[in-house]
Amino acid sequence: MLRLIARRLVLGLLVAFTVMTLAFLLTRLSGDLAVSIAGPSATQADVEIVRKAYGLDRPLYVQFFAWTGRAIVGDFGQSYFFKDSVANLIQKRLPITLTLGLVGLSLALIISLPLGILAAVRENTWVDRSVTMFTMVGQAIPSFWLALILMIVLGLQLGILPISGTGTWQHFVMPGIVLAFTAIPALTRLTRSGMIEAMASDYIRTARAKGLSRARIIFKHALRNAAIPVVSIAAVQLGFMLGGSIVIETVFALHGVGYLGWESIAKNDFPVVQAVVLVLAVFYIGLTLLADILNALLDPRLRTG
Amino acid sequence: MSALLEIEELQVGFGGRTAAVRGASFRVEKGETHCLVGESGCGKSVTALAVMSLLARGGQRSAKRMSFAGTDLLSLSDREMARLRGNRMAMIFQEPMTSLNPAFTIGSQMTEVLTRHKGGTRAAALDRAAELMGRVGITAPGMRLGQFPHQLSGGLRQRVMIAMALMCDPELLIADEPTTALDVTVQAQILRLLATLKRELGLSILLITHDLGIVARVADHVSVMYAGEVVERAPTAELFRAPQHPYTRGLLSCVPVPGRVQRDKPLGSIPGVVPAIGPGFAGCAFRSRCSHADETCAHEIPRRQAGEAHDYLCRLAPQSAEPQPA
Repeated sequence: MLRLIARRLVLGLLVAFTVMTLAFLLTRLSGDLAVSIAGPSATQADVEIVRKAYGLDRPLYVQFFAWTGRAIVGDFGQSYFFKDSVANLIQKRLPITLTLGLVGLSLALIISLPLGILAAVRENTWVDRSVTMFTMVGQAIPSFWLALILMIVLGLQLGILPISGTGTWQHFVMPGIVLAFTAIPALTRLTRSGMIEAMASDYIRTARAKGLSRARIIFKHALRNAAIPVVSIAAVQLGFMLGGSIVIETVFALHGVGYLGWESIAKNDFPVVQAVVLVLAVFYIGLTLLADILNALLDPRLRTG
Repeated sequence: MSALLEIEELQVGFGGRTAAVRGASFRVEKGETHCLVGESGCGKSVTALAVMSLLARGGQRSAKRMSFAGTDLLSLSDREMARLRGNRMAMIFQEPMTSLNPAFTIGSQMTEVLTRHKGGTRAAALDRAAELMGRVGITAPGMRLGQFPHQLSGGLRQRVMIAMALMCDPELLIADEPTTALDVTVQAQILRLLATLKRELGLSILLITHDLGIVARVADHVSVMYAGEVVERAPTAELFRAPQHPYTRGLLSCVPVPGRVQRDKPLGSIPGVVPAIGPGFAGCAFRSRCSHADETCAHEIPRRQAGEAHDYLCRLAPQSAEPQPA
């Protein structure tokens, strides 16, 4: 178990380093940074001043190691645009993104696990077909559309939830629902197929031959095995929710890390872009590691020889 | 002796199109080993699952009579049936590698049967589990209880299944091809174990197999199944000495018996395959492969008596002794 974690940690560090390299190189590839920072009306002399001021005249590898060296200790430099340190910017935005992601994932699990189990134990009945229909519709609905519908119905017509901002916990309900809907179809289908496979297995026949109650057979013996792939995918989905919720953050005016990333790309704020990419990658790596650990806890075959 | 399990005219169908079991009748006496023998697909496993009420979804059973120790199995609710399963009637399966849940320890899987049916503490159940594991020949039970199925060999897993089946001291053990997936030496050990358990615990065993060698070694009574019917029932010795149904005789001619089969003669075989039988089928199901068949075989077939506990389903009159190749 410890060896497994150690191995995954080393792998994770390598991935993080690769992401750092790629983020650095891709921002350089997008053109001459000095020109884009100086702006379209700048003279050649201005560009040269900018180049010197930001250290862009140094060889590429010197710039890279200077940046990585500082990034490792949490210093991502200054934002070109916000007049604040990059670390500060991310620190302010991160709680919003994390809250949104966790609310979204929790809602997704609360809805998709019971639905998936229900569909599986009622396989090929109208219940199962309704659930499948629901997941297909959920898959097809674009996030921004669902967001707008919720805003109109819950926010404007019923007036029970605020439609934008981050003031209270209520502000996170609607975005949470919308974000949850990006994960619900996949998680529901995965739970359903996992449960159907488990319920048809020999060990479930054994459990029935032992005279165990139906609840124990479904929730202990089958779900424990069906949950293994669901945990992996849920972790990946959470990573996706943290980084990919830009649309939702924009619609609901939640200024999280995703939105910051998008803003900084639009404004050529490269230190911020690099840092956002790195932070999201580290979260992703952490979540994958967490999924591996949870899987090992659920599946003894991964834990013991 | 009185019958522990009595099955009369059991019918099992899946979705009305296929008839897996068509009026099978047999009885298992207290303390005996009863073998259900037949080719793959003859309905013997389905029969066992129907007795346990474990048929897969879509399987439907009906019978004139299904009684277990005086209880009418047909009138029991799902809940009442679950109270019987694992408690008074237990079952082990052909696939020891996959029949245990990979996510739980041996100890957890063994104890939950006992606590479910008899109550008591987990500690007491663990003691019982360790005792039974010793009994079925598993060394170091204490260590095994904490292990997971994937850490055990196939033979060990089947022993665990047997020990688990014995947790509640059942009257009937249904064993569906318990040794088919195991290698020959382990197979012999498991069969010996079953024979010992039967003797020492007074257990009745319904053993399902396609292997006549196993039948000869362990069975007290045999029911031969063909295409969903029991075509011949007899005490084991009598069945081997004087088989009556052409199918039984064909089966026996396929097996080399020392002293009976000549070295240079080819072994017998039964031509053709088991026919697909629809719901409206009448007459003898074996007639398409039988060398004695004529037009009367398409009509109702009588059950003939060939001895006190020996009957068979064929129009042919009883014959004595020596099996002949079909």
